[in-house]
Amino acid sequence: MTIDLKTVKHISKLSRISIDDNKAKKLGKDLNSIFSFIEKLNELDTKNTEPLTSIAETTLKLRKDEIKSENIREDILKNSPDKNKDFFVVPKVIE
Amino acid sequence: MMSNITDLKLVELVDKIKKKELSSSEVTVAFIERSKKSKKLNAYISENYENAIKKAKIFDQKPDFKKKLPGIPIAVKDLFCTKNIRTTAGSKILENFVPTYESTVTQNILDEGGIIIGKLNCDEFAMGSSNETSYFGNVQNPVSENLVPGGSSGGSSSAIAAKLTPATIGTDTGGSIRQPASFTGTVGLKPTYGSCSRYGIVAFASSLDQAGPMTHDVKDCSLMLEIISTYDTKDSTSVDFKRENYLTNLNENIKGKKIGIPKEYRVDGMPKEIDELWEKGIKIIKENGGQIIEISLPNTNYALPTYYIVAPAEASSNLARYDGVKYGFRSKGENLIDMYEKTRSEGFGDEVKRRIMIGTYVLSSGYYDAYYLKAQKVRRLIKNDFDEAYKKVDAILTPSTPSSAFKIGEKLNDPVSMYLNDIFTVPINLAGLPAISIPAGHDKKGYPLGLQVIGKAFDEQSILNIAFALEKNISFKNNITDWWIK
Repeated sequence: MTIDLKTVKHISKLSRISIDDNKAKKLGKDLNSIFSFIEKLNELDTKNTEPLTSIAETTLKLRKDEIKSENIREDILKNSPDKNKDFFVVPKVIE
Repeated sequence: MMSNITDLKLVELVDKIKKKELSSSEVTVAFIERSKKSKKLNAYISENYENAIKKAKIFDQKPDFKKKLPGIPIAVKDLFCTKNIRTTAGSKILENFVPTYESTVTQNILDEGGIIIGKLNCDEFAMGSSNETSYFGNVQNPVSENLVPGGSSGGSSSAIAAKLTPATIGTDTGGSIRQPASFTGTVGLKPTYGSCSRYGIVAFASSLDQAGPMTHDVKDCSLMLEIISTYDTKDSTSVDFKRENYLTNLNENIKGKKIGIPKEYRVDGMPKEIDELWEKGIKIIKENGGQIIEISLPNTNYALPTYYIVAPAEASSNLARYDGVKYGFRSKGENLIDMYEKTRSEGFGDEVKRRIMIGTYVLSSGYYDAYYLKAQKVRRLIKNDFDEAYKKVDAILTPSTPSSAFKIGEKLNDPVSMYLNDIFTVPINLAGLPAISIPAGHDKKGYPLGLQVIGKAFDEQSILNIAFALEKNISFKNNITDWWIK
């Protein structure tokens, strides 16, 4: 399998990472060498193997619905990208 | 006197503080002074020196000697969120991020009286094997100039080997504690998945990430593990098992222990010295009453390709949160999509972008089954190999890495050859098992080499004991000359 320039551009679009043509060419080369190494997995027959999704075979525990951290408003606002003492201001992300 | 303090190991320092032979201030100042003289190593991203000295003074005014780390200064990998101390994950995108909360692992250190003196360099988002992907620059290996310290916990391995901190913690997703420990002649342990809480650790690949200690010896490692391994309801994969007093229980008696030697770990082109080191380890185990058993882990060769699907897939998902909207670096764009794309293009380094793109591709429509699902199935086969082996043995002995440390820049242009560094460490993360790397010798260049002991899930005590026995018989000496201090 080879990953062509068009596919690299498509993946970059899906990843929300802009790349120019030069970078895309270099990246294409890297991705091809990585994927030719990954192709090795096709040697294995896994028809009857269950996928392993998590190594921790625990079932999720339920907890009581109670407030654990109070009065952290100021703390949270410290990381607001726009300095505004009352609100967490971000760019508009929905039309 | 001052120069002697930093030569002491963690357990020795704790003992001296408890006996009031040293104060927390003396110890803290000594490590800070040495760190200040060691800027050339570039081990730190952020320093917390002034604050640490204040905390040491406060400790000395009202010392609590029941604590396990009474006023002990500790620098940690910059992947752990530390309240009010900048946490960058080695990335431009988090260059100015100051967490408003504390990771569980660092909280455990603080609760036992530890004092954070700084945040240590690492590969960007822990993606790398040489610390060369950090936005904050390369880290020098104290063993020799222009040698990589390993990665991704490269600042941590450099800092512990150079005695800038008496102990440190790193994180290990595919070998990021054990490989740098091996490259710097230090001890590094990756605990069982679920042993240490992941709460507050900047996520890379959530099903593989674990925090763990990096220290001078096995004793110090046992103490640190005792402190950082706790059950935590804030991490849904934290496991509530009975944790041992690892240091108190530490003993070198390995009589009757069955140690497996996997034949698949003898790879082509592996330097002769590493094979000899392995033989040395086998001999020590036999001489101390352990039993050597040949085992097979038939799917070993498939671990690395599996890892390079699973880890990037999880990373691409975890790193989707860095979009320039809520926090972190933001670039200007003509519209929202343009802002996302420019932010991520300028905010992430090349290796991180490469892995996000691999991950996005293997999860994308039409390729999910062929890559991601396939890898998860092979991951099951790899875990089954270990399950089978552990019916016959108590632990497994292998080399830690297929080579010693390499020069800065040497493998930068060949991602696959860089990835091959982790060939002996990656299978352990995929299976969620604990493993420790201890220094075991030098190659002909004089660079350290490590041996790895892999254990059964949640049986950290056994691998610590086996490592302790090996350590006693090997008596490794790190011949570091302080070349970076003028």
